[in-house]
Amino acid sequence: MTDNELIWRIAGGSGDGIDSTSQNFAKALMWSGLNVFTHRHYPSRIRGGHTYVEVRAKDEPVQSRGDGYNFLLALGDSFARNPQEEAYYGKEELKPLYENFDDLREGGVLLYDEGLLDEEDVDEIGLEEAAEENNWHVVPMDLRGIAKEHGREIMRNTAGIGATAAILDISTDEFEKLIKQNMSGDMQEANLNVLEDAYEAASELDIDHDIEVPEGSHDEEQVILSGSNAISYGAIDEGCRFISGYPMTPWTDVFTIMSQHLPEFGGISEQVEDEIAAAALALGASHAGVKAMSGSSGGGFALMSEPLGLAEMTETPIVLVEAMRAGPSTGMPTKPEQADLEHVLYTSQGDSHRVVFAPAGAEEAYRQTRRAFQIAYEYQIPSIVLYDQKNGGELQNVPASVFDEEPNPDLGSVVTEAELADAPHDASGKYNRFQHDVEDGVSPRSIPGQEGGRYLATGNEHMPAGHISEDPDNRVSQVDRRTQKMEAIRADLDTDEGTNAHYGPADAQYGIMTFGSQQGTVEEAVDELNDRGHSVKSLGVSELAPYPVEEVTEFIESVDEVLVVEMNASAQFRGLTQKELGRFGEKLSSLLKYNGNPFEPAEIVDGFVTSIVEDGTLPGHETKFVPAASD
Amino acid sequence: MSAFSAIGEDDERDRNEYTPGLEPQPTWCPGCGDFGVLKALKGAAAELGLSPEEMLVSTGIGCSGKLNSYFDSYGFHTIHGRSLPIARAAKLSNPGLTVIAAGGDGDGYGIGGNHFMHTARENHDMTYIVFNNEIFGLTKGQTSPTSPKGHKSKTQPHGSAKDPIRPLSLSLNAGASYIARTAAVNPNQAKDIIVEAIEHDGFSHVDFLTQCPTWNKDAKQYVPYIDVNDSEDYEFDNTSRSEASDMMFETENALHEGTVLTGRYYVDDRPSYQQEKQRIGEIPDEPLAERYFDDDYEWERVYDTFLDKHK
Repeated sequence: MTDNELIWRIAGGSGDGIDSTSQNFAKALMWSGLNVFTHRHYPSRIRGGHTYVEVRAKDEPVQSRGDGYNFLLALGDSFARNPQEEAYYGKEELKPLYENFDDLREGGVLLYDEGLLDEEDVDEIGLEEAAEENNWHVVPMDLRGIAKEHGREIMRNTAGIGATAAILDISTDEFEKLIKQNMSGDMQEANLNVLEDAYEAASELDIDHDIEVPEGSHDEEQVILSGSNAISYGAIDEGCRFISGYPMTPWTDVFTIMSQHLPEFGGISEQVEDEIAAAALALGASHAGVKAMSGSSGGGFALMSEPLGLAEMTETPIVLVEAMRAGPSTGMPTKPEQADLEHVLYTSQGDSHRVVFAPAGAEEAYRQTRRAFQIAYEYQIPSIVLYDQKNGGELQNVPASVFDEEPNPDLGSVVTEAELADAPHDASGKYNRFQHDVEDGVSPRSIPGQEGGRYLATGNEHMPAGHISEDPDNRVSQVDRRTQKMEAIRADLDTDEGTNAHYGPADAQYGIMTFGSQQGTVEEAVDELNDRGHSVKSLGVSELAPYPVEEVTEFIESVDEVLVVEMNASAQFRGLTQKELGRFGEKLSSLLKYNGNPFEPAEIVDGFVTSIVEDGTLPGHETKFVPAASD
Repeated sequence: MSAFSAIGEDDERDRNEYTPGLEPQPTWCPGCGDFGVLKALKGAAAELGLSPEEMLVSTGIGCSGKLNSYFDSYGFHTIHGRSLPIARAAKLSNPGLTVIAAGGDGDGYGIGGNHFMHTARENHDMTYIVFNNEIFGLTKGQTSPTSPKGHKSKTQPHGSAKDPIRPLSLSLNAGASYIARTAAVNPNQAKDIIVEAIEHDGFSHVDFLTQCPTWNKDAKQYVPYIDVNDSEDYEFDNTSRSEASDMMFETENALHEGTVLTGRYYVDDRPSYQQEKQRIGEIPDEPLAERYFDDDYEWERVYDTFLDKHK
């Protein structure tokens, strides 16, 4: 079988430069005209520990990791510990090699650095047998030796790229261009020499394999970036100039990107003592008239429950981002999961209201983050952008024109001093900032420092000017008004086109639903299923609160059965859908995965075929049906 | 032109300008020390000529949290322990505002202790008044972080086994640059200290002894008090860190032996956080909040600035 796509996996130790090498590789392939998508797997460690990144490249659009991979560049873990074979965590040095055996496709290429990985050791892990069984092309090369000849050992990554290019018969032009762009002087020269030498050495080996790297071209200029980039850029273009946070994986990416760019734009970034303070600072900045955000991952977001509720009660706009990772508690810090959905929907006491977006890829992340700010500031409510370690970190190319949008610094529902002069005030002269009967439940706010705008913001129930009150009539009016905003937001969001992603033939017999980061993978599975003669379409829901009840109802009503795909063990998205719709319990079943790795398209294809078409026996133990398909 | 015309020149002010015209009226118990804080703050604001609308008073939860209900300015009645992070962000966003944070001893030294420590460390240009009555009042008399060792309450039936927090020493070690203690029974000193605290460029911490006549009847009324800056019995240089430290330690011990010492304990002119952050280019010259009302401001966008690095 000929593979008409390349899925190149570079494996090594944490700290070996695997991430940056893969980014360069992906960028060079994008320059060559291909569409690229990366998938990261890394441990929660600074130095050492097996890490890999996959770069998938196709001439067609690509929105997901693939099924396995077909080219391994194993560099070895130069920071390996646990030398004993019997060690609980296994022989680390060799992990970049043997831990990747499972997913390498039949007929794939396995290039490893024999300069670091001992031949004797390699014999022991059964490479020869595995290679024979799977028809792999094993290519040992002394990449470290080539690197040391011209420069430093770390340049073995460059040697690996040179050898990869030769084996796959792709030009080194783009790689050379990148080296020239990123480096100068001796560094540049040494890397160029390493690249060339490795290319030549690998060319001489004359490896015969079936991987055909396609050729492609782009209609318009592309950029390569991650979901974390896109969220940050959406915030910046929407006029956000204040961020406060505390480091936590994987949210740290957004915090870092914002902190690096905000000072250039006269903005403020604050790294603070904890996540309670982080959310509270964003609230304080917003209260004072600045567009502000904060964020965290599960455990840190738990600390934000309190300020989140305060934002709801005081109707102070705020945007929080939540980067999910596998939980509960510390869980698996560097592994993706979608199990914080209920956490962000329901945390904080009382009848609380918030808006939750869950973008799928980079383009959605940019647009929906902007929308999150618009809704937050217009309706004076917290907006949450929910994503995860997967779509936060994976890189993909999107047209540069996606970002060619006007900036929008609009503060939303605020009054000016001129408007305050005619606005209603209470008997004490305070501005009625929380009026009862207002359109869409939104009562415009004043900003401290404005003449005639003073009022009290309080987490207690309050009268129109903010005075604390437990009067029953006022209580009901204020609760109703705050609740009413959710209906207005739903109607507002309904005017948007295509926020929730419909994919596949409109008249399909079956449906697959998912949310957030799994959307691209589900869509690839839908293509495959239709190619195989099944009739399937999908819906990727991005607006989780207020829930798009009508749109989802129509989707479910239009098909016989729906498989709901999500990365958690408790079927939270299916639960939300049933709660919001109040029916369809019989029609929905779940395909779940929670082993720390995102779905591959084939797992969804298999899941669909076995649950909907066949008897419900899944081939592997990586995914699970709920309810069990035999029920 | 500023979008915030309340911020600006100091005018002649009367202390009654900060009293709500009709309501709410204070609901504190008769004889409560909190009245003393309200009065001192009104006096200080008037003396400084501050407009009620250039002031933001951020409070926590408890009897003390009601301060901004009865002080007529912009107010943010936050949640227990969180008045400081909200206040300091407001100040960073609009440095023209006069920002006061206030809360009780449980609020500031207990649940919000981490924020207290870090706000002091960072030396934000604002004033923090802690109503210290050595008790939880609004929840009806539980032992608080400043209650003396052995303090009996319904939640500490055998008397507290804990030594109380040392608020002044804690503040000094955390990094506050103006530290004072005053008492509700000492209105003139209290007003003067709050004036100094507001004028100080940096984090001013005022530990304000506020007697609780309802739940802490056995405790002292904080009289007679002694001003350590005026008394001949106490001599120290409050710009010297080590002398300030000794004086604070003595003051904290004395309180539990029945001697109420007050005064200005430490004054340091190190740069405020705003100044430090501006020096490294991480805070804009013009107040950030003004920009959103400036129709002529050219807002930057990613497409024109650094998107190229992804190409």
